[in-house]
Amino acid sequence: MIIGTIIYAVINSFILALMAIGFNLTFGISGVANFAYGALYVLAAYLSWIFLNLLGFPYIISAVISIISVMVLGALMYRFVLLRVRGQAISEVIATFGIGLAILELFRYLGFVGFEYTLPVFIDKSFFIAGTYVDMQRVLIVIVGLALIFLLSLFTHHTSLGLAFRGIAQDERTALTFGMDSDWIATLSVSFGAGLAAIAGTIIIPLGTISVGEGYDVLIKALAVCIIGGLGSTSGVIVASIVIGFAERFTDSYIGSHWTMTVSLAAILIVLVAKPSGLFGKQKELEERV
Amino acid sequence: MKKRKERIDRGIKVRSEDIFALCSLREMLYLSAPRLLPILGFLVLPLILGIYWQKVLLSVAVFALLAISWDILAQSGMVSLGQALFFGMGAYSAGILNHYWGISPFISIPAATIMGGFICTVLLLPVLRLRGIYFAMVTLIIPLMLVRVIEATKIFGGTEGLHGLTPFPSKWLDLYIVVAALLVALFGLRRMMNSDYGLVLKAINDNDRSVMNAGINIYWFKIQILFISSSIGAFAGAFMTHVYMFVGMPVFALDYSILPIAAAVVGGPGSLAGATMGAVILVPLSEVLRGIGGLRIVFYGLFLVVFVVGLPEGIFHYIQRKYNQFERWVEVEK
Repeated sequence: MIIGTIIYAVINSFILALMAIGFNLTFGISGVANFAYGALYVLAAYLSWIFLNLLGFPYIISAVISIISVMVLGALMYRFVLLRVRGQAISEVIATFGIGLAILELFRYLGFVGFEYTLPVFIDKSFFIAGTYVDMQRVLIVIVGLALIFLLSLFTHHTSLGLAFRGIAQDERTALTFGMDSDWIATLSVSFGAGLAAIAGTIIIPLGTISVGEGYDVLIKALAVCIIGGLGSTSGVIVASIVIGFAERFTDSYIGSHWTMTVSLAAILIVLVAKPSGLFGKQKELEERV
Repeated sequence: MKKRKERIDRGIKVRSEDIFALCSLREMLYLSAPRLLPILGFLVLPLILGIYWQKVLLSVAVFALLAISWDILAQSGMVSLGQALFFGMGAYSAGILNHYWGISPFISIPAATIMGGFICTVLLLPVLRLRGIYFAMVTLIIPLMLVRVIEATKIFGGTEGLHGLTPFPSKWLDLYIVVAALLVALFGLRRMMNSDYGLVLKAINDNDRSVMNAGINIYWFKIQILFISSSIGAFAGAFMTHVYMFVGMPVFALDYSILPIAAAVVGGPGSLAGATMGAVILVPLSEVLRGIGGLRIVFYGLFLVVFVVGLPEGIFHYIQRKYNQFERWVEVEK
């Protein structure tokens, strides 16, 4: 029992990390809190479903197309909406929230609700680890999660575009004097964040069904992880996902599944009250918050 | 040939700012019409509307109250994404008072207004020092969390809610109570925001550090304004509880958070009249659009985006400018 809970807690932590990493990337670089994040996550899954079931594409191709189209949508969102309200945090939040709301409720209106809206698992296999039943999709989530975290840190530390990302994040004006186009980098950061949301959606959704409510839940979970970890800090995201991932799973097993969501929400409140900069936040972020 | 737009105050505005306003009927009308219009409108409309549109007017007034409560918070530098918290607290307070102790609406509504305001203020007290989107995130999260808590603990009727609460004795009474509350809130708070007290609040929004520098305890001001704002929201909630004769988890729904923000953003953030105007436009619009069902919320979302990007000042400020000034194209001097 306890080992099973721990295994599922680890998987849950990776799910949370996958959900939050894109939000964190966008916020860390361009300072845009993308409240359409959950909608993009669900949108990617719905697009895959449409390509797969209505247009009859192979699964892998429909997944790739949907991820790319969500990335393009993210870039367009920045170019045509966010660029005009850049720097006004509240306007950014309201605008992205409006976009997210429109996407999610459009799917609800079109009737994309029900158990038939689900994506197939990638490899239909399962096995026992230490007496616990684990299916291949969950193993894949762990692998993809590890790979994405590794590739992302490789990208931000060892490629010129990644270094430009970090340059803009650290000091936008100085980065401008070095000839980095901050608008372009911010466009890319929103687009990459959207892409990561899409990848997370594509790989996590096969575990359950695609639902509109999931969009709001993912946004809240991403916010929870990022706030607790300290917005914009990658190591913070990892630690926070582990904290929440374990807390959620153990609440689920020992207290009751009704309380699962409350745990992450309560965790946000406690962290914001006790340590507003988050577990790994820096002083700069503290100033923005308090 | 380059041209630029020049804006000049209308003569009547300049004259009516002065003592001459008292000498001419036209100037008196110019000054008073924008203020009398909503008052007359809200007082007369219930008499001429049918039963269906009376209900719409009622929800216009309720959402206008919520939008006003959002706007005075926003004007003091606290942007909330969770007006539903205030609404729901008031609704549950009134529902509990009425359901368990059978207290009449005329006592339970004022009591719930104070209680709801107090509970919300205490709940948000620890996060009062957060700024910007962090405060917004917390206000977004708390109502969602409360829904889960009610669902999990099954307190106060759980998912079923509390049914069979006492309604108002007459439908005219409830309509005029809420209209009166709206007008009092609108004009009273407008006056408050224009006083020195309101000046401090606006300064907190502009630059809280410099207000602290001036030796003013901004947290004490924030607590006061939070109490005022959440009381207004709680009043709206308590009132609706007795109109629907029901209170349950839907009172914490996203609708009560989104529509007030949409109203304030569309109408004109930063002015209470704008918030009211937004509700007057959006709520009937959503009734007209009822036929398209869930697509309404899609339109709200798009409205938010279009107005935030395209007309950030909002409709009210736009109309106000047209009312006070005229524009003409002039050549740019070489």
